Amino acid sequence: MSKMHIKLKVNGEEVETLAEPRELLIHVLRERLDITGPHIGCETSHCGACTIDMDGKSVKSCTVFAAQANGADITTIEGLGNPDGLHVLQEMFKEHHGLQCGFCTPGMITRAHRLLQENPDPTEEEVRFGMAGNLCRCTGYQNIVKSILAAAAELNSAKEAAQ
Amino acid sequence: MNEMTPPKEERSEALKGLGCSRKRVEDARFTQGKGNYIDDIKLPGMLFGDFVRSPYPHAYVKSINADKALEVPGVLAVITAKDLEPLNLHWMPTLAGDKQMVLADGKVLFQGQEVAFVVATDRYAAADGVELVEVEYEELPPLVDPFKAEIEGAPILREDIAEEKEGAHGPRRHPNHIFTWEAGDKDATESVLDSADVVAEEMVYYHRTHPCPLETCGSVASMDKVNGKLTLYGTFQAPHAVRTVASLISGIAEHNIRVISPDIGGGFGNKVGVYPGYVCSIVASIVTGKPVKWIEDRIENLTATAFARDYWMKGKISATKEGKITGLWCHTTADHGAFDACADPTKFPAGFMNICTGSYDIPTAYLAVDGIYTNKAPGGVAYRCSFRVTEAAYFIERMIEVLAIKLGMDAAELRRINFIKKEQFPYQSALGWEYDSGDYHTAWDKALDAVNYKALRKEQAERLEDFKAGKTRKLMGIGLTHFTEIVGAGPVKNCDILGLGMFDSCEIRIHPTGSAIARLGTISQGQGHATTFAQILASEIGISADDITLEEGDTDTAPYGLGTYGSRSTPVAGAATAMAGRKIRAKAQMIAAYLLEVHDGDVEWDIDRFVVKGAPERFKTMKEIAFAAYNQAIPGIEPGLEAVSYYDPPNMTYPFGAYICVMDIDVDTGTTEIRQFYALDDCGTRINPMIIEGQVHGGLTEALAIAMGQEIAYDEMGNVKTGSLMDFFIPTMWETPNYQTDHTTTPSPHHPIGAKGVGESPNVGGVPAFSNAVHDAFRAFGLTQSHMPHDHWRIWQTANKLGLHD
Amino acid sequence: MIPAAFEYHRPDSIDDAIKIISEHGDEARVIAGGHSLIPMMKLRMADLSHLVDLQQIAELKGIIIEGQSVTIGAMTTQHELIADEGLAKVAPIMTEAALQIADPQVRYMGTIGGNVANGDPGNDMPGLMQLLDANYTLAGPNGTRTVKARDFYEAAYFTAREEEEILTSITFNSPVGGYAYEKQKRKIGDYATAAAGVLITKDGGTCSHASVALTNLADTPIYCEEAVSILTGSDLGAEAIEAATIAAVNASDPGEDNRGPIEFKKHAAKIVIRRALERAIERA
Repeated sequence: MSKMHIKLKVNGEEVETLAEPRELLIHVLRERLDITGPHIGCETSHCGACTIDMDGKSVKSCTVFAAQANGADITTIEGLGNPDGLHVLQEMFKEHHGLQCGFCTPGMITRAHRLLQENPDPTEEEVRFGMAGNLCRCTGYQNIVKSILAAAAELNSAKEAAQ
Repeated sequence: MNEMTPPKEERSEALKGLGCSRKRVEDARFTQGKGNYIDDIKLPGMLFGDFVRSPYPHAYVKSINADKALEVPGVLAVITAKDLEPLNLHWMPTLAGDKQMVLADGKVLFQGQEVAFVVATDRYAAADGVELVEVEYEELPPLVDPFKAEIEGAPILREDIAEEKEGAHGPRRHPNHIFTWEAGDKDATESVLDSADVVAEEMVYYHRTHPCPLETCGSVASMDKVNGKLTLYGTFQAPHAVRTVASLISGIAEHNIRVISPDIGGGFGNKVGVYPGYVCSIVASIVTGKPVKWIEDRIENLTATAFARDYWMKGKISATKEGKITGLWCHTTADHGAFDACADPTKFPAGFMNICTGSYDIPTAYLAVDGIYTNKAPGGVAYRCSFRVTEAAYFIERMIEVLAIKLGMDAAELRRINFIKKEQFPYQSALGWEYDSGDYHTAWDKALDAVNYKALRKEQAERLEDFKAGKTRKLMGIGLTHFTEIVGAGPVKNCDILGLGMFDSCEIRIHPTGSAIARLGTISQGQGHATTFAQILASEIGISADDITLEEGDTDTAPYGLGTYGSRSTPVAGAATAMAGRKIRAKAQMIAAYLLEVHDGDVEWDIDRFVVKGAPERFKTMKEIAFAAYNQAIPGIEPGLEAVSYYDPPNMTYPFGAYICVMDIDVDTGTTEIRQFYALDDCGTRINPMIIEGQVHGGLTEALAIAMGQEIAYDEMGNVKTGSLMDFFIPTMWETPNYQTDHTTTPSPHHPIGAKGVGESPNVGGVPAFSNAVHDAFRAFGLTQSHMPHDHWRIWQTANKLGLHD
Repeated sequence: MIPAAFEYHRPDSIDDAIKIISEHGDEARVIAGGHSLIPMMKLRMADLSHLVDLQQIAELKGIIIEGQSVTIGAMTTQHELIADEGLAKVAPIMTEAALQIADPQVRYMGTIGGNVANGDPGNDMPGLMQLLDANYTLAGPNGTRTVKARDFYEAAYFTAREEEEILTSITFNSPVGGYAYEKQKRKIGDYATAAAGVLITKDGGTCSHASVALTNLADTPIYCEEAVSILTGSDLGAEAIEAATIAAVNASDPGEDNRGPIEFKKHAAKIVIRRALERAIERA
């Protein structure tokens, strides 16, 4: 099958690649664009390890074709912070031991980032409901919830300080 | 010299050593998406392999036709057993002394079995090729029930060994029989049971499940034909053992094989075994001369690699009228699937199931385990537990509850009067173990107080009244567990895998500027070794943990070790780390004495330095000593500051804990709510409390999953019913409760720093705690035993059978 | 889990989409959010060689509320349904039900059109649409037609939609009175073990209008006519609730799967139906 010309904006940069229409977005990101932060865990949209942000939505990129994503604006874990300045969520996951093997972490943080955009001051219950599309096998979630709530508090106090 | 020596506390804190909640050094890269997992490895020209798998659980393979597959653009080769046979790689040895097909050799024995390996330029072409390989099967009757496999005239599964009367672990009774393994005194136990005041009897089933780490298994093999070197990357919990096995089965000399475990996305026992995918990626790389990657998908992971449990444990427990336990008897029928691929020490085909006397002083006991072949996937791995320890803990903790019902006693009290007493340690168990240390009564009382046990029982009684009066449809269960683990395999005298003694190792190099690198024979899968082992070392050698790099997983650089599983990293490699650190310190002492111009015995260790006895102003810090080791010619001392330790532990360690779960159960829908979960763990010396707590949360959540819904289920035709994460239960954040953690500290007397290991305790203790809560809720209605997992319909069925639905 | 190859189309009008489908016949499939179709394609259980992506068709998007009438474009996602304040006001049961579908990520992609059109008995929206007596608008080569949700489902994955038609929108009148959507499931992301929707309107002490529908309790959604006739005109007392519950359970025909045997599912159905009835009556 012939390849398509796929144009994406990934982490703020315009990128182009050739891919078969059937290629899954997660494979395009990981194998054609070398963005290996998002992982493949279940391939049936249950685990959320492949979560990215696409046009302002949290999306499981194992269940999106490259062709469908053509033209999209994508943010992955690599776009949230950098070695010189971690995102608050990244800081808080480290601070509160919100990760162990690290495999779910990129999807977890990317989803949490969108959740906090939509609900900047969530309750614990709202975090648990809003993050229920991401599975973790290591942490039992307790410290992930703690990390996200801490990040929300941090972001909110920074916002208040700025006002 | 320096007049501004900081106070001891300040210097001690600066080390970030034992006992502090040091933040993890791994996290910077993981939180930024910069982990390096197996599927992230990309080598020039790398190919991709994918399996054709059997749709049938039991069938002859009549023919395999790859012509159409080979026409797919990008498909380069289709490998079958016929291609492997000349290399003698169509079968491979298992860790349990059996052998297993790499690719179907005339027959398939479980659904999902590997039949052919398609090698292509990328995973899409490989998958297209898999679709077009034509395999002709002749179906045979499937055997999914291990008890039926024992009946005369049952279909014979393993025709390759049908006539062999002797297996790796003794005589075989019939063609589907693998071994019988016994411990304890059969006659004495039966005679105790015969004359006992009270005997409780029950069949306790621990269902088949799967470790299901979020990252599946995979490998990348790269055969460099120019210099004859094979590099094998993979999801290996025991990279050194994999190198040895790879050498033995491939004939490639061991020094020409380099095995690398990159970051591992969770293991939980799934990544201990050696799988056909690893072997096929190696063969494919040899055949094509290019690197070949194999990554299993989730369906393959759940259906073909590494199941856990599947133990049918028939038990009898006897006691006096007052509740003093006098004897324990257990016969286990172990469903091992198509090949005995259990990951156990060689002499223990049923693992450490003989820890099944638990935390109790049981004078007489007997255990027999029969391993049986069925048409299911091979495995039998220790899913977040030391070998079969979860089965043992579940068995005894259920039997205690069943006995309490029989005696009409409170189960907490029954436990208390039977605990091994503090003064009895070291304690020799009736089934052959020497428990190193414990203080069960203290832990138990602390736990019962923490949850206000009496008030809970009162509330439960009131709830029961309300239920009977029709005021509520919810019952309340209180799940008690006191578990004792046996971890840290193990003494080389009785523990080996494929003949490799289960010691572990640590090698340390101190750099001239006073920082260090340490390498170990283990491999972290999320446990945080790079953080915690540096803490052990910091306390031993007085160099800040922040200045110590930890490396594991590359067999070309790390010292030989048996890997990470069975909670053995801290008990064994952690001990090796401390011991290697002590060797460093011993040499450092000589250097310090030389520099201070005193005798070796005239200096003493003080946190991060040696000081002259009685003259604290005269000292040499480790930083100064390190530099001196490289720039001074010291008479009688070799330059450099390095040490290696291979540690063979004198005994296992025996972590223990007291868990209490409070659960509400809706008898109409079978739904449950965990109201409270209290977990007290005693893992001896605590290296990093933050990490311990995280391990406990995670292990409890895996226990929650297993007890309440997770299973690998087969239908009667041998089809796997739970092959995706829709049906294989992994709770989300929403279904998972918050946990209350607590601890007591009873250091191991034989471990250099007193640590016992903790990663698996919460799974071992958690499963019986959840399950006992379900059973306890129905105790008033006469329930003694029901089978896990306690998902909605099974709980509903229990209530229904007890007549609780009008 | 790799899908077979296909050709991709992204038309920007309904007409163009229909042209492509007509041209390729049963080799073509439309894709909305894709969270049902793509897993099937990965398992190679959906056979197609042309994939027609509807994402660019503006006419398929949006929620229009005009007086009593609510029209929702097929490509409206579950997330958009939940976020829509207007919809929450006129049909709060839509919000309540949509929140119980799948998980957050899937709701960002999953559309109401895909959910109602593909005929998966596990989907929640078909039962809900029967509850609301919604109409589906189908566009095909010969123009558009409407089909009642209550007449749309024939068997699992078989519906009244012709192969060359696209479901473009759904329309229903905003319900008045009490409502409830009760769903029992094993975990977030699961289909229902049993689910029931109920609408109740009261006139004084009497039920003037009722609706009851079930999800995943047969190979199609079920609109429970008998339960509705028992409730309508009744005093909504304990007897009426019990009789309606039994009637609705009798209308169900669940199959055995990993969620449990038939007997259990019927019992679970009884519980969710009764709870939905009680909650709807309380809200009426």
